[in-house]
Amino acid sequence: MAKISIRDLRHSYVAKPTREDDWALKRISLECRDGGAYALLGPSGCGKTTLLSLISGLLRPTEGRIFFDERDVTEATPEKRNIAQVFQFPVIYDTMSIHDNLAFPLRNRGIEKPEVERRVGEIAKLLELDKVLDRRAAGLTADGKQKISLGRGLVRTDVNVIMFDEPLTVIDPHLKWELRSKLKELHHRTRRTMIYVTHDQTEALTFAEQVVVMKDGLIVQIGTPVELFERPRHTFVGHFIGSPGMNVLPCEIKSGQAFIGEHAVKTVEGRPSGNKHLELGVRPEFVSFTATGLPVDVIKVSDAGRFRIVETKHAPHTIKLLVPEGTEIPASAAHVHFDPAHTQVYEEGWMIA
Amino acid sequence: MNKTLNHKAWVFVLPVVVFVAFNAIIPLMTVVNFSVQESFGDNVFFWAGMRWFEQVLHSERFHAALLRQLLFTGIVLAIQIPLGLAIALAMPRRGPWVSVCLVFMALPLLIPWNVVGAMWNIFALPDIGFLGKLINALGFHYNYTRQPLGAWFTVVLMDVWHWTSLVTLLCYAGLVAIPDAYYQAAKIDGAGRWAVFRHIQLPKLKHVLTIAVLLRFMDSFMIYTEVVVLTGGGPGNATTFLSIDLVKMALGQFDLGPAAAMSLIYFLVIMFSSWLFYTLMMRKEER
Repeated sequence: MAKISIRDLRHSYVAKPTREDDWALKRISLECRDGGAYALLGPSGCGKTTLLSLISGLLRPTEGRIFFDERDVTEATPEKRNIAQVFQFPVIYDTMSIHDNLAFPLRNRGIEKPEVERRVGEIAKLLELDKVLDRRAAGLTADGKQKISLGRGLVRTDVNVIMFDEPLTVIDPHLKWELRSKLKELHHRTRRTMIYVTHDQTEALTFAEQVVVMKDGLIVQIGTPVELFERPRHTFVGHFIGSPGMNVLPCEIKSGQAFIGEHAVKTVEGRPSGNKHLELGVRPEFVSFTATGLPVDVIKVSDAGRFRIVETKHAPHTIKLLVPEGTEIPASAAHVHFDPAHTQVYEEGWMIA
Repeated sequence: MNKTLNHKAWVFVLPVVVFVAFNAIIPLMTVVNFSVQESFGDNVFFWAGMRWFEQVLHSERFHAALLRQLLFTGIVLAIQIPLGLAIALAMPRRGPWVSVCLVFMALPLLIPWNVVGAMWNIFALPDIGFLGKLINALGFHYNYTRQPLGAWFTVVLMDVWHWTSLVTLLCYAGLVAIPDAYYQAAKIDGAGRWAVFRHIQLPKLKHVLTIAVLLRFMDSFMIYTEVVVLTGGGPGNATTFLSIDLVKMALGQFDLGPAAAMSLIYFLVIMFSSWLFYTLMMRKEER
């Protein structure tokens, strides 16, 4: 096990990158502490899988270094790095039994038979595969196969990090939840460093202690699920995480006070560097109806279980509210209030600290 | 279950039935017809029953030809399948060389069979052919028109040259279809080159290899044109394989009855062997 440090990592699939767009990873620095559970979250094409392949050693970075503890592994092969990876589509060795699949990485490393048997037995029990060890792996369902892929990583005690590349893509919806909780449980029991790549916010937020949100080859924010929710550092994070996403409204700052049009709004303190492209962000959870405040028109109400999503309009801008079931909702004209502790101002997309 | 019977469907099937009848069933039935009768020409036939079959099955000439045929097919398969697979494994998976390799490999397959025979006939001649001269220059006495062993060597070499590409192309298609994740997982699991071949590539190529063996078995078992042009079945009867023997009997001696019986036996041997092989390969799959 090891701490993983990534320093100024850049990667391009083009031989001689010239334009900014040639870089799949623009510049990434990241520290993953030993035993942590991390998620790389972002839309398709944001570079998260590239980053994963760079950490596992399947790709060589164009620039930058990768360290496992203090050891520079930038040039090392995946085998030398001692990592494990679970792929998007389950990879199993068809002709082998489940037992032999789990034993394969150990046998390749020349580990003694009794030790192989002991570890395979232990991991099979952990994954609840101990009853079917003699069966052929090819006959399993997709979730069983993914368990084996994971098991091949867990049997090795010296694995530095286990990586998951959207591992639930081909799993049935009702099993996704089960496998996700199993993963979480395994992380608690084994305390291996785990890095999980996904574009699904639910998967990332339930699995990880630290979520790394990526966009266009850059890290936008690193934080706990709560931090990402309550203090998104970029409007992108506000949009991408949460359902519905954060309300973002154009605003102005006059003498230290934020204004939407003519209406003053209390926000978290912050001083913009200039007055260019300012926006105000507030999550629907922190907007409520009041007697006075920002005037809005109620457009649409939709039911979302224990909550209702109310869509309102202030001039051309949409503001969404999340109100508990049973709250009275004004018929058309109304006023809303933003919780000042959770209302932030963004400049050029980035939160003003 | 209430099935609707619609006899109109037969009308749509009819063209195919007529086509198959003309190109397969009717010729085959003619052969069956010949195989149970004796004929002296002029469309005069006498019933012969199973006599021709018994005669062929007991004839030493047929045994010898069958043995040569089995030996040839065995040798050819034993060389072409591993060699074709090895070449496919050595070919690049991507990059500009892929198309070069593919075109290069496909070339022998595009040459007409009689041309292949003629090419090798000249190529291997000891006095003027490059191959023949080369082998003799290396100190081996080689003349395929006189030596049975030399003739076998030439015929096998020619078939390997002509058909290994087919195995290679089939295997290559199978190899390219294996997702990268398998190789990456194997790398991470610390698998060596042999383990990757044994546990990933070979299992994934199973179906392709089954097809390759079947095709090469059937084709080599029926080989005719190239050998006739190269050696004419000689020296003596050294390279007289089943098909060559059959043509000698049917068109050389005009023994239509025994020749018909022999072609039916020939046909059944190929069909049964193919069926047996295919069933065995597929049964292993289900376990």
